[in-house]
Amino acid sequence: MSRLRLSRRTFVKTLIATGAAATLPSVAKLAETWAAESHSPHARKTQRRWVMVIDLAACDGCKKCTAACQKEHFVPFGQEWIRVFETGNNPYDKQNFPLPCQHCEIAPCVKVCPVAATYHNDEGIVLVDHNKCIGCRFCMAACPYGVRFFNWTEPKHSPQEQFVQYSPEFPVPHRKGTVEKCMLCAHRVKIGRLPACVEACAAAEMWAIWFGDANENLVTNGRDVAKLTDLLAEGRAFRYKEELGTHPRVYYLLPDRRDRRPADSRKPAGKSDDPYRP
Amino acid sequence: MPRRPDQFSPRERVLLASLTEAGPGFYALVGVLLAVIAWGIIAYTVQLRYGLGVTGLRDNFMWGVYITNFVFFIGVSHVGALMSAILRITGAEWRRSVTRMAEAITFASLLMGALMPFVDMGRPDRILNLLLHGRLQSPVLWDILSISTYLTGSTLFLYVPMIPDIALLRDRFAEGPAWRRRLYTLLALGWKGTEVQRHHLERIMGIMAIIIIPIAISVHTVVSWIFGMTLRAGWNSTVFGPYFVSGALFSGAAAVVTAMAAFRWAYHLEEYITEAHFRRMGYLVITLGMIYAYFTFAEYITPAYKMATAERGYLTAVFSGQFARLFWFTQVGGVLLPLLLLTVPRISWVPRLQRVLFLRPVPALATIATSVAVLLALPAVLPRTAALGGFDVIRQLPVWIIGALGGWLFLTLLPVFRQRPIAAAVVASLLVNIAAWLKRFVIIVPTLQFPFLPIQRAPAGWAIYQPTWVELSITAAAVAGFVLIYLLFSKVFPIVSIWETREEGHRPGAALSPAGGHGGVADAPAP
Repeated sequence: MSRLRLSRRTFVKTLIATGAAATLPSVAKLAETWAAESHSPHARKTQRRWVMVIDLAACDGCKKCTAACQKEHFVPFGQEWIRVFETGNNPYDKQNFPLPCQHCEIAPCVKVCPVAATYHNDEGIVLVDHNKCIGCRFCMAACPYGVRFFNWTEPKHSPQEQFVQYSPEFPVPHRKGTVEKCMLCAHRVKIGRLPACVEACAAAEMWAIWFGDANENLVTNGRDVAKLTDLLAEGRAFRYKEELGTHPRVYYLLPDRRDRRPADSRKPAGKSDDPYRP
Repeated sequence: MPRRPDQFSPRERVLLASLTEAGPGFYALVGVLLAVIAWGIIAYTVQLRYGLGVTGLRDNFMWGVYITNFVFFIGVSHVGALMSAILRITGAEWRRSVTRMAEAITFASLLMGALMPFVDMGRPDRILNLLLHGRLQSPVLWDILSISTYLTGSTLFLYVPMIPDIALLRDRFAEGPAWRRRLYTLLALGWKGTEVQRHHLERIMGIMAIIIIPIAISVHTVVSWIFGMTLRAGWNSTVFGPYFVSGALFSGAAAVVTAMAAFRWAYHLEEYITEAHFRRMGYLVITLGMIYAYFTFAEYITPAYKMATAERGYLTAVFSGQFARLFWFTQVGGVLLPLLLLTVPRISWVPRLQRVLFLRPVPALATIATSVAVLLALPAVLPRTAALGGFDVIRQLPVWIIGALGGWLFLTLLPVFRQRPIAAAVVASLLVNIAAWLKRFVIIVPTLQFPFLPIQRAPAGWAIYQPTWVELSITAAAVAGFVLIYLLFSKVFPIVSIWETREEGHRPGAALSPAGGHGGVADAPAP
């Protein structure tokens, strides 16, 4: 009897020891991924680092970017992956504020996802794998910008949508019970096209949204090409809620620069009065 | 040596009778509970079919009633660790007849609480992803780990000290229904009550009592970190961990008081659960309530003093805006009033209140009822008046008058509560639990109402959170499920530990001295 008990005890001990030994590598891997994805924004050197620059002085709030985005991605009802807010520092200062996903380098949504369904791709874009997402909506709670949306019911599917091969870079057709967001038109960028909102803004002759690669230090608004650093410096650029430490990849140029009023920006700017021309 | 049924003492027969005797009331209650659960299951199938769109949840309000239920039930479950572990370690012998009730509450409410996040999931079919792709960096995984550990631990904590009683039932039901015989034989693990077995049992309980406390604290801490780890104003708080733990213990202790009264009444357990037990539990509830009030104050005063832009929205809504009535009910009705109900009736001048004319029950109750009726009718009768001098007196006045009437009612009922301390304790604990649920709602929803950028361009009806019938049905089903598990448990296992109360002595009522004061026999630690 006593020998039996001893052997059971030894068995349990061995079991625990083996279990602990088996988990050690995964703990090490955990520490590694934690360091890579949470704490060090520039830990991974990647080929591209896409950035977006939104010129608040040029935006007149026409919301054509939103419409183009919705058309491009068959965005379900109730969602605006780039939403134009009306904001301002005081009641007399009405300001249009287009808000896409900020594609944070230290993304709160990526941190909290329990199943790694939301992640950074190799070019810094925050994507959602709709085959993995369990619909817990923790990422929506964690996102301070409120740019994540949920398919509360089965989205209406258009005929064109049905022909699309799903990938996280072009998450169509949409799926019930999963989280949606702006994916910086990863599918267009891959083949050298500008995001839908940038094209729409240029087509509206506003040229308020710039897109480019921070590694190359070059951005374009569909008409002009600028050095990113110059554009940011001259436009007094800021990032929204920078104090939260999320390191957004979307920059905003200050709206109250006297040289650029929304009304002026509709006219094609000549070389002399466009400070952003390289 | 198995004992024959006739060898049981009269007290033990009362306990055993509650296992087998079931009147029409029992079947009626089970029927009602099953109906509520069935309705909840129908609601859930509707949600499965059409998606979470059938709830009031929308993009800005991604969490609502389900997560409120989750926090509430997990909170209530903390009482097991409090009663069985903390009171065991501190040698409070009076706990013996109520620990199993507390542990069973833990078991039932943990099951219901753990269910809620899965009800809340958009893709419950992908539940296995949590195991296949689980990331330990996510607080969701912390919850899964700590809640499953606590569920395992507290189930053991419920089961292990029940083994001697199960062995006793095995002998008692030697000629009973087959399922009971098999169940008890299986679960008794061949318990014979030998010295070695008793030694092992005591040892396991001693170790478990120490281990379960940090586990229980970790559970509600990580539940609070679901909110605390986000950047949202109102959730972004360092005090959330201990704040949630204190609220959990408060609501759990109150739940035990309700259960004690219910079982005492239904199973005639007056000899096991005496007024002294209610007084002791009352002390616990008062202590925990004051700790909770302190944390609430600390949680709100620090942002409210500064009124930073980010916090101003939800604070104003909670103190004086759309959530004010809920919030002040949770504070006045759910903390202050229960504490008063448990303390003030004992003051020596309370019986003299009956001599005051306007505090005599009949005239006072009649006046109060009439005034409330008039007040409720007033808004329909009076034309809508404009605000007086910028201060909306007319709209706020009824609130203050109802408050004053409530105070009057409280004073009138004080002598009644003095004569019926158990009734007072039950009213107090029910108030605590209702308010606990509402407070969790007030923690979750106002913060979501006020994100950094105000809610704009949302479709009509998406800018405010209004729970739908689906959410309310599932919530009702969860409460019914909790009660049903608890009820059935009490029909299969003795809800008061037979062997542990026997150890205190065979004399009825020996568990506590009649006065129930300090330093009685009952307070001495077990030899």
